[in-house]
Order: sequence, then C-alpha cells, then structure tokens
Amino acid sequence: MSLDKTMVQRVSQLARIEIEETQLETTARELNNILEWIEQLNEVDTEGVEPMASVTGHELPKRDDDVTDGGYPEKVLKNAPDRESDFFAVPKVVE
Amino acid sequence: MKGLIEGQTGTWEVVIGLEVHAQVSSESKLFSGASTAFGAKPNTQVSLIDAAMPGMLPVINQHCVRQAIKTGLGINATVNLKSVFDRKNYFYPDLPQGYQISQYKQPIIGEGTLTIVSEDGEKEIGIERIHLEQDAGKSMHDQHPSKSFIDLNRSGVALMEIVSKPDMRSAVEAAAYIRKLRSIMRYLGTCDGNMQEGSLRCDVNVSVRKIGEELGTRCEIKNVNSIRFVQQAIDYEARRQVELLETGASIDQETRLFDASTGQTRSMRSKEEAHDYRYFPDPDLLPLEFSQNYVDEIKAELPELPDNKRDRFVSEFGLSAEDADTLVEEKATAEFYEELSNGRDKKLAANWVITELFGALNKSGIGLRESKVDAHNLGSLIDLISDGTISGRIAKDVFGEMFESGGSAGSIVASKGLRQISDSRQLTGLIDAVLSENHDKVTEFREGKDKLFGFFVGQVMKRSQGQANPKLVNELLKEKLHG
Repeated sequence: MSLDKTMVQRVSQLARIEIEETQLETTARELNNILEWIEQLNEVDTEGVEPMASVTGHELPKRDDDVTDGGYPEKVLKNAPDRESDFFAVPKVVE
Repeated sequence: MKGLIEGQTGTWEVVIGLEVHAQVSSESKLFSGASTAFGAKPNTQVSLIDAAMPGMLPVINQHCVRQAIKTGLGINATVNLKSVFDRKNYFYPDLPQGYQISQYKQPIIGEGTLTIVSEDGEKEIGIERIHLEQDAGKSMHDQHPSKSFIDLNRSGVALMEIVSKPDMRSAVEAAAYIRKLRSIMRYLGTCDGNMQEGSLRCDVNVSVRKIGEELGTRCEIKNVNSIRFVQQAIDYEARRQVELLETGASIDQETRLFDASTGQTRSMRSKEEAHDYRYFPDPDLLPLEFSQNYVDEIKAELPELPDNKRDRFVSEFGLSAEDADTLVEEKATAEFYEELSNGRDKKLAANWVITELFGALNKSGIGLRESKVDAHNLGSLIDLISDGTISGRIAKDVFGEMFESGGSAGSIVASKGLRQISDSRQLTGLIDAVLSENHDKVTEFREGKDKLFGFFVGQVMKRSQGQANPKLVNELLKEKLHG
C-alpha cells in the first residue's frame, strides 16, 4: 500500500489535522515508511488464526447499572473554548 | 398487494428497510456511571468519560448487555457469545470522542424475525442484526444567531441499533413493524419506546423497482422520530424516486432529511464527504463474551410476549383475533385487560375495553395511563351489569360519568338513582300509564299493527328515564297487550 499526496490530504482532513501544502510530500513519504515497516507482518501466514485482542487473558471488565458519576457541569465545561450558560457553544452547524 | 405505485411506465414496488435506534432502558450509561434520566439540566449527567477527557477508560454496563440479549431473544435471533466493539470515526461537535463506540463486523445479536399484521395479513420481517452503541450529545441550533449549543447529557447513553432486512413493501408495513418492535421491547422492558423523548428513532431506507427486477438504488432518510412521519417520508420518497426514474433520470444513493412541516425529503448535502468511518476494533475494550448458560438464564426469565398472549386470548378466552391483537399491542393495555377480565366474562370485558374505554380515550386524546377509570373500577361497573343492577345502556352513561369524574360505579349509580327498575309492580304502573295515554295506538296494535310494540317499549323506557329492565318491560307489555 502506498499513499499519495491526495490521500494524505484526505486523511488529514478526516482527522482534522492540518498539514501545510509544502509538508504533504514529506508526510506522505514518512507515512509510507511506517506502512512498509508494518506490512512486513503480512509475511506471516495467519490463515485460520483468530485475531488476538489481548495478551493478558483477562476478560472484559463489567460494571453494575448504578449511577456513580456526573453532576459536575463546571468540571465538564472547564476547558470549553466557548460556553453559553451550561452549554458548550460552537460555531453554528446547521443541516 | 397494497403499497404498489402505478406509474406512467408500469407498476412499481417500494422496498423498505429500517434501522431503528432504541435507547436501552438503564439507569446509567453504556460505558460510564452517569445517569440517563431524561430532561436534566445541561451537562449535569456527563462523566469525564462521556466528555472524552484524555486517559478516561470505558467500562461496560452489564445490564445493557443483558437488555440487548433479551431483545435478541424476543425476536428469536441468534445471540453471539462473542462480539466486538469498534470505533466509528467521524467529526461532529456533539461527538466529543471523535468516534462512536459501536459494533461493526461482530454484533451482539445476529439474524432474527418478527411477525407483523398488515394489509395482506400476517407477514414475517427479517432482522439482520442488533448492535450496541453509544448515543451522541444533543445540538441545539435555534438558541443563538451564530452559535450552536451542545448538551452532552445524552452522550454515551446505550442504544440498540436494530437493522431490518429490506422486507417491507409499504409505509403501512413499516409502521406495523415499528409498532411491533416497540411492543416487544416494552413487554421485555428493554426500551420504553417513547418517540417524543427520542428513545426510539428511525433511519428509513427506501428504493423502488419494477416487480421482479433487481433492487433499485436506495436513499436513506435519517432520524425520523414518529411513526406517522415514517409513513409520510416513505410515501413521499417512493413517489419522488418513481418520478425521477420515469423521466429517465437515475437515483443518487444519498442521505436525506425528512421535513415534517412540508412532508418532503431533501438531500443532506454536507454529510457525503465524511462518510468514511474508518472502523477499527476499539483498543480500550476487550471482546464482549458470555456463556450460553447466561443466555439460557435470561431466556428462562422472559415474560409472555405479545404474540403468545394474543394466541392465549384467542384459544383460552375465545376472543376474536382482531380484538386480541388490539388488546396485546400495548403491554399496559394487556395488563389492564387481564386484571379486568379476571373472574369476569372475557368477551364482555374485551368489549368494554375496546369500545367504551378506547373510544373515550381517543375522544379525549389521552392515554390509558392518564385515565381516571382503573381496571378495578371498570370491573365493578361490569359486575353491576352482570347482576342486573343496571342495564347495559345505563352502564354507558355511568361509564361516561366515571371517565369524567373518576367516581366509582357503585356510588354514581346510587347517587343518581340509576338502579334498574326490575320490580314488576312498579313497571306495571309505568306501562299502564303509557297505555292509557295512547288509547288509539293500543287499538291499532290490537287490529294487527304489530310494529307498534317497539313504540310502547320505547315510551315505557323513556318514562322510566332508561332505568326500566328492558327484558321485563317486554314480557309485561306482551301480557298486557295480548291479554
């Protein structure tokens, strides 16, 4: 798999990470290096092997259905760049 | 078959599939301990997990898992003992994580079916899958000229996305499907089905084709929040597609919005570019696994579901299939009816619920829950009919009074003196008075004008203000007139 400039642009837009036009070429080259490195894994035959989710052998921890959290709007809104009363305020998005 | 569209070039069939988002009934959220209660002040039911603060880890609510399994069993679906949570990546202000935790290739519930009754009788609708996922926050766009307001209280609440197969062929079938699904979930207690509060929302996939042809290109109408709107949206969208195809144009596969004020659907221009969700397994969550034993335990606890209840009402109570269907659709109605009919005439009880009670509820636009007449009270009224204290006709007046005031049947009958007159001496007095006032008609009757009998009965009833026992009046009148 190889990324070209257009793909890098698209991925950066999807991720909302701005990459300068002048940086596209370099970024593509760097990402391709990483991809190539990871693609070495394709050399291993994994036919019929289940994907491994964890090496610990733990099970997914579960909790009971109790209300144990919340009730601190100030904490939640503390880092908001903008707010109106207890709402986050963002540039208007209308469909 | 209904639901076909006659076009210029022939007959078109409408093909519908539904994705229903049902909010899981639970106290706390799917991956956090914040409350799910409706209507709280903004951002008061948000944990740092729901706000997607860095480093916070999701821990699954096992009750929500149980609820999803229950729902799966309620539609006779495969329960997958192992399922996987994935991240569905997209960017929107009400989604602080930048992804929704959902299930993609390995959902918790696989294929199932549900039976609906529509224009063409009973029909099975296939269900493709049910997966668990997080809800997003709520955006408000009309509070400020240049800003949207975001409340994250809903963020992280557990949803079941229930995906049907494209098995429905008309708006009526789609409505029947949603009602049936809602009914089953209410019986199970897994979703309250309250569409006004957004507990049940629906994405509608619509395409059209000439009968026997391959499936056409579909459009998805997002987030329709009432059954009536689902029907309107389907009818509008199917016609739009037929008109386009018949002028030689093609359908763009796209996401559309339903506008309730115009009854039309319109293209959602902006979302298209973002439709690249880049799903991958959520590294914060191990696969969800449980044993078949666990599933069997839940299965053993399932309540009687509407289809079974209906069959029992028909076979044991002798109700018509139609009446039984009406009574079981809502769990609350079925419970009301079962309490009412216990120890009483089953059909009489069914008639009173369906005709009088539903009639009055519809007329006043309220639901059973707001009704002032409870099962116990309506039962006493039926008992008064059964033991001859009041006539069926008077009972309707008493019921009207009960429905208005919430008074008990017994006290209304007593205070208004509505007891049926079954004392033959009293009735004879009434009859004599009527006959002596209508000498000429008595003569006509005796000369062979039999039809006048009904007139005499009517007069006696009127004179008794409806309280005379009609059966006795008939008997006594016959004796008098023929005697």
